[in-house]
Amino acid sequence: MEIRRSFETQLQSLKENLMEMGQFVRRMLQKAMQALVEQDIPLAQEVISDDDVADAMDINIETKCIRLIALQQPMAGDLRVIGTVIKVIADLERVGDYSVDIAKTAIRLAGEKYFKPLELISKMANIVDDMIGKALTAFLEKDLQLAQEVCNEDDEIDHIYKNLFDELLDYMRKDPNLIYQATYFLFVARYLERCADHIVNVAERVNYMVTGQLLQLAPSHRSTAEE
Amino acid sequence: METQNVNFYYGDNQVLKNITIKIPANRITAIIGPSGCGKSTFLRLFNRMNDILEGARLEGKVLIDGVDIYDDKAIDVAMLRRRVGMVFQRPNPFPMSIFDNVAYGPRIHGLHKKKNLKEIVENALRQAALWDEVKDKLYNSAMELSGGQQQRLCIARCLAVEPEVILMDEPASALDPISTLRIEELMQELKEKYTIVIVTHNMQEAARVSDYTGFIYRGELIEFAPTVDIFEHPQNKLTEEYITGRFG
Ligand SMILES: Nc1ncnc2c1ncn2[C@@H]1O[C@H](COP(=O)(O)OP(=O)(O)OP(=O)(O)O)[C@@H](O)[C@H]1O
Ligand SMILES: [Mg+2]
Repeated sequence: MEIRRSFETQLQSLKENLMEMGQFVRRMLQKAMQALVEQDIPLAQEVISDDDVADAMDINIETKCIRLIALQQPMAGDLRVIGTVIKVIADLERVGDYSVDIAKTAIRLAGEKYFKPLELISKMANIVDDMIGKALTAFLEKDLQLAQEVCNEDDEIDHIYKNLFDELLDYMRKDPNLIYQATYFLFVARYLERCADHIVNVAERVNYMVTGQLLQLAPSHRSTAEE
Repeated sequence: METQNVNFYYGDNQVLKNITIKIPANRITAIIGPSGCGKSTFLRLFNRMNDILEGARLEGKVLIDGVDIYDDKAIDVAMLRRRVGMVFQRPNPFPMSIFDNVAYGPRIHGLHKKKNLKEIVENALRQAALWDEVKDKLYNSAMELSGGQQQRLCIARCLAVEPEVILMDEPASALDPISTLRIEELMQELKEKYTIVIVTHNMQEAARVSDYTGFIYRGELIEFAPTVDIFEHPQNKLTEEYITGRFG
């Protein structure tokens, strides 16, 4: 029955590569957060060097996509898978970049005692981590329900980000000595909020891949917190 | 141009099943489908080329400009074939000069009385993007031309009688890629003036040239939609399987 066996195999391996890259940047973000919370400089450095791996994965997958288009002329569902992969790896690559930003922040703040535990930031990070997991599964299983859940979780991220923003600003007003740390925490929160947006993009692409419709699943997903 | 509930039989063998389609004017419509599914038969409905076959039978209606073309009281078949030109898979120039090939139709239809025959021939050859290559050897035999040139000559022959519709049955299947692209480019120019229906086995070609695509499977029109929709997200599972090459 299977006529295009070799093409099918290549498409399958493309999906696997994307899952690997997704899990890899997910792990980068986890490590970056751990490095920040535990003030672990070597772990932060590991994340920074991981970025080369993520970039290489990005380029490798994109190259495969372009080759498949050139040599196999994919159509319909196949074309949508490849178009989705090309877009999704760019979003994942950005998550890798933000993980590096968080890791660098971790290194900057490693010598200081934090003025407060990173509760809300950790909560955000956990949600983003969950979103990445769900978005990847949604891609693999073509699960629209899960893709929608990812977008819903983004609302929670926006909400926490806004609270965190107000809270940190409050600290800064009351005690200018906290401005340095609080500003960096604010940056981290912002990085996480951006990661969530990229993962929403992934979920929207999954929706396109399955239905052929390019929709904004979460019209509210752009952050309005700082406005 | 449209068909309404068309069934077509060769003897007991039904090869078209209840086909209803409206072919958009001044657009290129591609018909795709596996070998033997009825594409050529479908195409020949529009110039009544199926009529000549023994035991062939048609049910339903085929209309051009709202007129039933199988109504012998309303339609003269020779006139119909002038309005609806056809280009075949294998270039089939007549064994005569390039000029006479193109002048053939206008002569038998008496068109040359109205216009200068040389002008008609030149115009047709220009429209078919062949003029520059043959203008210095118009009186040489058409058989001396290359395959791609012969095919463009056949298109010129078809254009010379000023048709409204051009039917093309795998016009590029015997051509090299450059000639194919030339013919495809030509089709884009021609669609301003003509309604074109092309049968092709080459999915990429259908995707490149056509505005609408119909997928026929076992005599049924499974899906008919704008070409972008067919190749980006077809609605029917059979269409998807066919165009992604996963046909069992
Ligand atoms: N002159 C004929 N007499 C009897 N049966 C015919 C005749 N021409 C075609 N058929 C049958 O009708 C069916 C459709 O043929 P048709 O030529 O329309 O298919 P097609 O889609 O154009 O195929 P291909 O892609 O191979 O050109 C086939 O089963 C064929 O055997
Ligand atoms: Mg045929």
